[in-house]
Amino acid sequence: MTGHISAGDTAWLLAATALVMLMTPGLGLFYGGMVRKKNVLSMIALSFIAYAIVSIQWVIYGFSLAFGHDIHGFIGDLCYFLLPNFYNMVWPGTSVPALVYVAFQLVFAAITLAIITSACAERIKLSAFIVFGLLWTTFVYDPLAHWVWGGGWSASLGALDFAGGTVVHISSGFGALALALVIGKRSGFGEYDMEPHNIPMTLLGAALLWFGWFGFNAGSAVAANASAANAFLVTNTAAAAAGLSWMFASWIKEGKPGSLGFVSGAVAGLVAITPAAGYVGVPGSIVIGIVVGILCYNMMLFRISRGLDESLDAWAVHGMGGLWGAIATGIFATKAVSDYSGLIYGNVHQFVVQIIAAFAAVAYAFVVTFILAKIVDAVIGLRVTEEEEYVGLDISQHGETAYA
Amino acid sequence: MKKIEAIIRPEKLEDVKKALESKGIVAMTVSDVKGRGEQKGIKLQFRGRTMEVDLLPKVKIEIIVEDSKVDTVIKTIADAARTGRYGDGKIFVIPVEKSVRVRTGEVEK
Repeated sequence: MTGHISAGDTAWLLAATALVMLMTPGLGLFYGGMVRKKNVLSMIALSFIAYAIVSIQWVIYGFSLAFGHDIHGFIGDLCYFLLPNFYNMVWPGTSVPALVYVAFQLVFAAITLAIITSACAERIKLSAFIVFGLLWTTFVYDPLAHWVWGGGWSASLGALDFAGGTVVHISSGFGALALALVIGKRSGFGEYDMEPHNIPMTLLGAALLWFGWFGFNAGSAVAANASAANAFLVTNTAAAAAGLSWMFASWIKEGKPGSLGFVSGAVAGLVAITPAAGYVGVPGSIVIGIVVGILCYNMMLFRISRGLDESLDAWAVHGMGGLWGAIATGIFATKAVSDYSGLIYGNVHQFVVQIIAAFAAVAYAFVVTFILAKIVDAVIGLRVTEEEEYVGLDISQHGETAYA
Repeated sequence: MKKIEAIIRPEKLEDVKKALESKGIVAMTVSDVKGRGEQKGIKLQFRGRTMEVDLLPKVKIEIIVEDSKVDTVIKTIADAARTGRYGDGKIFVIPVEKSVRVRTGEVEK
């Protein structure tokens, strides 16, 4: 046993892990409400399945690839394969048991894969998703987590990512963009409306995401301390600011503010504050939130105008929101809450480092996802048949219907 | 006066509505229904086994028009709802005795 276990820190991290776990089924509901009623079970099931795939992969070798001994700054080795002798270990640099640290990191990896299901909504073959998901979490998520948190090159460069703006949101957002390009549009996309079938379900999902995000960001302090408290408050502030700014932007543009727009904005705010939560104060979080709501709303409009069927806007919200959050961390970081300062305090270096790390993650996630999706498509086919798509994935993939 | 009852693909409703509107036909009643035709729904070949989805979601449009407009309405609906594949639906024409406007009590025969 090395180090000392803090009961307070451990209790908080256990609770935070459970909070983040709830985000993945919450995301399923968030997405499920946005698809047509013939695909709602499929959408929710994809989130649960993503969660389970990563849960197993992570404890076998995923954690090791992310947090094992560094190999050329790119990936971890397999020294933590099946978590040997973890029972009595205190995770280095923290005062929590290594096992709770593994679990906490696991729930992040799991939701990241679930976010990508936006890109293949209403048309992916379940078996293909299982294969793609396992490959994706192994070859995209694990290396990125290593770069940033496991002692990889991005961390050595000094890039800041408190709770996963690049690892979780840029990777899933730009991964979703690549997957959408490979799998292609839903049949009928652009010809007729594919309106959300149950907005209350989406609002409920958003509520669970918002709730769970306190564990996501405040938990990332890996301690029950002032940094966690700061992360908690700036997370809420940015979500509220972004919900309102998306709402006002859509109010001006479309004449009426939709409830769906409000919660999309709130999620964008949660995304953008994620990398910054331990480095910016309340004033910074308000600006980050206001900007991301307007930015992501316009990115969604841009995506639609280009006829791109990245169906549930993981790219617009998580990808672009995450990119802005990573850059904004380099702008608004303040010594009032941590040891780092950003561009507005004259630290150009941090700003540049953030941009390098963020765009490297964009490029890596996009290119590798594109290749993995092409391989899976060529070998087993990503899409269901046209008829299966027509009757819906609930019946064709699961043999169930959501509503009588 | 006739009632035109059209069972169409749900995703074609917007197109049909727009097409009818362009011909000056605005009033209609629309309901979600399930149904099947001669093909008994859709058969999915799934890893060697066959799975039947025997009732598919459809939309039913009901429109009451003067006899003189019946052909226009039928053609407009059929043109807008057609994909050329099984499952495009059917149109029925039914005689209507009279209609009463609830607000005014006005009767049309």
